[in-house]
Amino acid sequence: MMISVKRILRSGWEKFSRDRSSTGAALVVMTVVLFVVSSLFLLQGMSTFLVERLEGGVDVSAYFKDTVSEEEIFEVRSQLLSLQEVKEAEYISREEALRRFVDAYRGQEEILAPLEAIGRNPLYAHLNVKARDPKQYDQIAEFLAGEAFASAIASIDFYDRAPLIERLSLITSGIRGGVLAVSAILSIIAVLVAFNTIRLTIYNSKEEIEIMRLVGASSWFIRGPFLVQGALVGATASFLTLLFLLAIGFFGSKPLYSFSGFDVFAFLLGHFFSLLLLCLAAGIGLGVLSAAIAIRRYLRV
Amino acid sequence: MIRYRNVTKIYPDNSVALRDVSFDVQHGEFVSVVGKSGAGKTTLLKLLLAEERPTKGEVLFEELSVHQLRPSDLPQLRRNIGMVFQDYKLLNSKTAYENVAYVMEVMGLDEETIARDVQEVLEIVGLEDRVHHYPLQLSGGEKQRVAIARALIHRPRVIVADEPTGNLDPYHTRDIIRLLLRINELGTTVILATHNKEIVNRLERRVLTLVEGRLVRDEKQGKFIVV
Repeated sequence: MMISVKRILRSGWEKFSRDRSSTGAALVVMTVVLFVVSSLFLLQGMSTFLVERLEGGVDVSAYFKDTVSEEEIFEVRSQLLSLQEVKEAEYISREEALRRFVDAYRGQEEILAPLEAIGRNPLYAHLNVKARDPKQYDQIAEFLAGEAFASAIASIDFYDRAPLIERLSLITSGIRGGVLAVSAILSIIAVLVAFNTIRLTIYNSKEEIEIMRLVGASSWFIRGPFLVQGALVGATASFLTLLFLLAIGFFGSKPLYSFSGFDVFAFLLGHFFSLLLLCLAAGIGLGVLSAAIAIRRYLRV
Repeated sequence: MIRYRNVTKIYPDNSVALRDVSFDVQHGEFVSVVGKSGAGKTTLLKLLLAEERPTKGEVLFEELSVHQLRPSDLPQLRRNIGMVFQDYKLLNSKTAYENVAYVMEVMGLDEETIARDVQEVLEIVGLEDRVHHYPLQLSGGEKQRVAIARALIHRPRVIVADEPTGNLDPYHTRDIIRLLLRINELGTTVILATHNKEIVNRLERRVLTLVEGRLVRDEKQGKFIVV
């Protein structure tokens, strides 16, 4: 048994290293396929980054009357945090609100001058609430608008921004859906291309398979080396793909970062092992599966 | 040893390759199957290897009905038969040594036995200095000798040669036939399909003559007679 496994592995390696034309063709196609698949992984990462950035800019703010103490605001905050929909609730004191306002409009005297004219801090203490899902802002705003907080809350800014939040929600789910659909379609095309290339490689070996059958080789002794060759093509293509991706990430990182804020190279390094696993699984899986399916017809007696 | 019983083979396009063919081959015989191209010689040999199924009748090898074997048992049957083809059917990605060794590898023999036997058989067929050459680096005669070495290596009970000299010049043809005779003298049954009149007449062995799929003559020391 062990001797047969050893011979199948050796024979697979010989096919991979000696049959250069078919191995080369399969390697090129498999590398392109894996490049497409890992680019889709990159696209998913990029779209998630952009969607999170869009969603991060959205919140609901509840402004508290001057008469409400900090303890009471913290009480409201802890009630909010107990809600499943709430991801975080940041407390901004009146002083902090003023500091941020001044920082934001530094150098714009026409905006800051009225503040000095008033002579006191006109800003409210408030809670900036972020939801887990943009669709949940509605429920959070309704919770804050309830009877329990009517005497403490001066205003909630959600109702002014509701259309913007809804539109953002539509855009982000559109991006996610679009990326998913494109990924699915391209993945199917990639799998079909890889499968057909391996099938052609095995078609070229049909005479060899016939000879092996005629000299009394068992189906596994014939099939095995082709599966090993498929696995080696997949594994080699995985490493080539990662090399290309890292090279492209390294040289293309700067322009993309200045355009979108997304650091491709850092993303690739951060997800290196996930990508390696994805490529190896897709490459070896496709190589072995395609070879197994394609060789079946030539093994029929 | 080998028995064809009322074998008829009709292909799906209705062409009749064999019609009601019956004969026996005994252990140690040298049998030539002659006939024009298309007479049914190759089909006759393919039936023995279970490459084709008969439309009627049966083929027995050592009392086993070849076509009733399960697909998983066919490799075992084929390991008892050494095949030599007109177009050599060598594995182009393997060297002469590896082509011959392959048969022993599929049988699960150990490396030491393989190394010893392959070297010996390649010496018998006169290819000891071509061991590491690939088929594309060999002449037609050398390729056929590799094919014979491969057919011999596992000491099969029978060697079936289908037009083994069809692509060879007279000198290589003579060498190959000499080899087959030597193998037969060592006790292996040989079935040789050919349309080379000169070879058959020189052999003076048993001759089966096929005409349009019918076995028209079976002579102990036959001649190639054009029908």
